[in-house]
Amino acid sequence: MDLKPGAGGQRVNRFVDPISYHFLQFLWRTLHLLVSLWYLQVSMVQMIEGFLISSGLVKRYGALDIDKVRYLAIVVDSEEAYQISKVIQLLKWVEDMGVKHLCLYDSKGVLKTNKKTIMESLNNAMPFEEAVEKDVLLDQKQMTVEFASSSDGKEAITRAANVLFMKYLKYAKTGVGKEEPCFTEDQMDEALKAIGYKGPEPDLLLIYGPVRCHLGFSPWRLRYTEMVHMGPLRYMNLGSLKKAIHRFTTVQQNYGT
Amino acid sequence: MELYNGERPSVFRLLGKYMRKGLYSILTQGPIPTHIAFILDGNRRFAKKHKLPEGGGHKAGFLALLNVLTYCYELGVKYATIYAFSIDNFRRKPHEVQYVMDLMLEKIEGMIMEESIINAYDICVRFVGNLKLLSEPVKTAADKIMRATANNSKCVLLIAVCYTSTDEIVHAVEESSELNSNEVCANQELEEANATGSGTVIQIENMESYSGIKLVDLEKNTYINPYPDVLIRTSGETRLSNYLLWQTTNCILDSPHALWPEIGLRHVVWAVINCQRHYSYLEKHKEYLK
Repeated sequence: MDLKPGAGGQRVNRFVDPISYHFLQFLWRTLHLLVSLWYLQVSMVQMIEGFLISSGLVKRYGALDIDKVRYLAIVVDSEEAYQISKVIQLLKWVEDMGVKHLCLYDSKGVLKTNKKTIMESLNNAMPFEEAVEKDVLLDQKQMTVEFASSSDGKEAITRAANVLFMKYLKYAKTGVGKEEPCFTEDQMDEALKAIGYKGPEPDLLLIYGPVRCHLGFSPWRLRYTEMVHMGPLRYMNLGSLKKAIHRFTTVQQNYGT
Repeated sequence: MELYNGERPSVFRLLGKYMRKGLYSILTQGPIPTHIAFILDGNRRFAKKHKLPEGGGHKAGFLALLNVLTYCYELGVKYATIYAFSIDNFRRKPHEVQYVMDLMLEKIEGMIMEESIINAYDICVRFVGNLKLLSEPVKTAADKIMRATANNSKCVLLIAVCYTSTDEIVHAVEESSELNSNEVCANQELEEANATGSGTVIQIENMESYSGIKLVDLEKNTYINPYPDVLIRTSGETRLSNYLLWQTTNCILDSPHALWPEIGLRHVVWAVINCQRHYSYLEKHKEYLK
């Protein structure tokens, strides 16, 4: 937690009124201490609940309609992603639950670097690119795993933008195309696929880290994705995972209508 | 700073104002978000819950919006963005779409008529999105208020209408393509000038090779800048619904269970506190991505 003084409109000058300044600083730190205690209490309750769900004592989460989760994404904070054994344990839980398509993301690409180790630890999984190449994406026998990092987000969209731009220049030179560039979202989709980005939009995105923030997951693939914050990876448990997936299966979206 | 509402302040209102000032003086000991974004979800559910007539939820939502904006600007938040109408919302029943458009027109015209209030609180109002999809009266009113408040600089209210993130990204690609195609034409003219002529070569110093659209080009051409520090979506929904997907890389996503018309000061304060808790983590992440 950052404790740097702010620059708000009602800042008290520490030199002009030191007593007020120190008193307000004390109140601010006390407020944050109370909030931290609140979050600690919430985490403990969630851990106990997770344990009860994992042990099967909460019947509600016994049977999951996992088919509703057609594509699951997991975002991991890059510093926590170095805990490869934890990541592997998490993926084994996901695999055992019957998830068929998974995308693993961390912004710095730590998980990508450890792709081989991770894939070798899973019983029945195949890299996403291999599944696309062999055209077995609809094959339900193996779980496909896609690895992504920040270079697959905005930078990929920039590369796709250049594909569209080159097409526009080509048409402009021949005099066939329109004067001003005019693209559609479908064309953007095609351009991304053309440069190798064929991953679909995840239905559910689980965030393991200190903050509920997608940390740069591809903006093109998040339109209607449900995002659930699972807390730090070191506190992950099977029960919380089951609860998050169960809650997702009860969500009804109206897609803006 | 308060939004003027024409009523003589009661004792309770004055007490509330001073209590808020006391709370703000504590909160402003830490970093205050520069930009808060809102998804106004739950107006229809609110109307159903309280058995209000059609449109009653949206009217209650507008009052909640005024309160929330007051709290933001009092706290020192410079930018507030609201998701007023999505391109996807055009798929709703026609009478519902028309009602929202009429309500928007009524509220914009109200703001124009009380122009002195907007200027008194120095709010710059900007409508962002694919404004060509708006009906003519709403577009005219939006243009009018944007012109009237263009010089206001203390606070900025961004109203996303006819907006989706994917449409915004495509728009940014179009704008970047147009700018870059001008650069390509200019380079081609220089190359042709060098190649033709009676053997005279025109030396162009520092002639850079053309490298295509860059990420910074797309960033400059998105509708909404600067990027929000926290996004609040009411009604407990945990998705972004095609809103600010590009801008929320380092943004805290907050989903209070309250329906939009039920949002209050405590929700804004909670979002600010969470922002302060994770400020250094997100600043570090922003630096890494630069």
